[in-house]
Amino acid sequence: MDWQAFEVSIKLALLTSVSLLPIGLALAYLLANSRFIGREVLEAAITLPLVLPPTVLGYFLLVGLDSSSFFGGLFVSLTGHTLAFSFTGLWFASIIYSLPFAVQPMLRALETIEPEIREAAWCSGLSKWKTFFKIELPIAWPGIVTAMVLSFSHTLGEFGVVLMIGGNIAGETRTLSIAIYDSVLAFETAQAQSMSLILLLIALVSITIVFVFNRSRSRVVRL
Amino acid sequence: MLRVNLQQSSPIPLDVELNCNNGEILALVGPSGAGKSTVLRCIAGLHSAKSGQINCSNQIWFDSNNKTDFTPQQRRIGMVFQNYALFPHLTVFENIRLALAEQKGAKQKIDHLLKQVHLMGLEQRYPSQLSGGQQQRVAIARALAREPEVLLLDEPFSAVDKVTRRKLYLELNTLRRSLEMPIILVTHDLDEAAMLADNLCVIHNGKTLQQGQPDQVLHRPRDIEVARQVDVRNLLTATLIDVDGGLKLQWHDYQISVQQTEGLSADQAVHWTVSPAKVLLHQRVRPSRGEHENPVSGVIQELITLKGITTVLLCIDNANNEVIQMDVPEHVAMRNELTIGDSITASILSDAVHLMPD
Repeated sequence: MDWQAFEVSIKLALLTSVSLLPIGLALAYLLANSRFIGREVLEAAITLPLVLPPTVLGYFLLVGLDSSSFFGGLFVSLTGHTLAFSFTGLWFASIIYSLPFAVQPMLRALETIEPEIREAAWCSGLSKWKTFFKIELPIAWPGIVTAMVLSFSHTLGEFGVVLMIGGNIAGETRTLSIAIYDSVLAFETAQAQSMSLILLLIALVSITIVFVFNRSRSRVVRL
Repeated sequence: MLRVNLQQSSPIPLDVELNCNNGEILALVGPSGAGKSTVLRCIAGLHSAKSGQINCSNQIWFDSNNKTDFTPQQRRIGMVFQNYALFPHLTVFENIRLALAEQKGAKQKIDHLLKQVHLMGLEQRYPSQLSGGQQQRVAIARALAREPEVLLLDEPFSAVDKVTRRKLYLELNTLRRSLEMPIILVTHDLDEAAMLADNLCVIHNGKTLQQGQPDQVLHRPRDIEVARQVDVRNLLTATLIDVDGGLKLQWHDYQISVQQTEGLSADQAVHWTVSPAKVLLHQRVRPSRGEHENPVSGVIQELITLKGITTVLLCIDNANNEVIQMDVPEHVAMRNELTIGDSITASILSDAVHLMPD
């Protein structure tokens, strides 16, 4: 059992899902409440990682994060570190890769809020920010929890993008899914099995949490 | 006092002028899509018209000339939405507390509001645990919690059943006596408007056509357009003629005396209307003196009784099969043994005849 890879995976999944909370919410709010030219293109771009082969996404990210690229170069000049083959690069790639898993449930949850609810809050004297925090956020909460759990589980299980961006550096970019792949190649079946079981268990528990949470919320609100 | 004056040509055409005094209910009536809700949204600050002014309690909320446009938060309005728009994740108590103008003494204020709308004991319920009528009461309490300068009601009775609606009418009638702000009620139900409102404002295709007391608007519409909108039941056309120096209506073979002749002249084509309650049945058993006032005769085509009033559809003799409706109390219809196919006579009260120039 590669505990170092386990730690990298959990850290990456946690950081990614926490980062996706504000990013996903901002994007979902924008898509749910405004009509602008290019809205469909933006939504398609966010959803793209769902259908794109991870290697293709990984390739473009690798090129984009490379120190010779604009973004990669900017990062090097600011921090002195390269993005490719580093944990930070992996974190950044995971945010992009798990974006649809965060944005879609948040968007669906925000879209179910009728416009009158928001207007009723304004007419009750609540500012737009107060309306967001006291009305929209609590109503959309089940969708937001779903988004967080899904992006956590999805990041935990990602393989193709990690391999392309992160390589296989122990303690830095070697995640549990890469370690499983290594173990299988080295015929260490027992180790591969125990690590696979751990990933399976985490995925099952987190998805169960989503279902239980959504059901208990709907009981309170809709009884 | 609320004064509204709005004009725009798109996306929804508006040409609106209405006034509502403090403590008064003004019903904004018109068919679906007439622009009623848009006007209400403009008053609330949820929609900005292209030009015009909205003035409430001597404060300018909207003025296109100097680009004043207060947000809904700045306007101090109480709004009851058609589907009530209660916050589903909050209890009745929290729904109201969120809208309180001042959080100090919240408990007492909320108790008072709940008492006002007869909702004591339901503070801890969620909106989904309430009936339609109870939800409407919460919506009203929440709207009042802000101590609004104007109360806006957007078809507040359309989402409840008829029995509940009658109960809520009575409640609103009682509640309004304790309210001092102007109240705007949007409805497409003329009976509802006539029952609850002090003034009616008829709106069609975004244009306000006439504002006045219900009796005035419903029985003395300004023109044919208003008459059609308020569903005047006897809407007929005739020509004015000069008879011995006075004006009378020449309607088929009948010469009908009228009292409202100001601004009208002989040979002028007019639309005329008479309230069905002002067409009096000549009793068969006991003739009376009033029978020579605009007598008409005809055959009963249909009889419809509703809530103690019998509506008689009378196909007038020698009038090209035109029909006049008359309302008689049910017991009068029974005593006179009115049946379909009977020939009867009736009088059209001359002071109830209302003329509208073509």
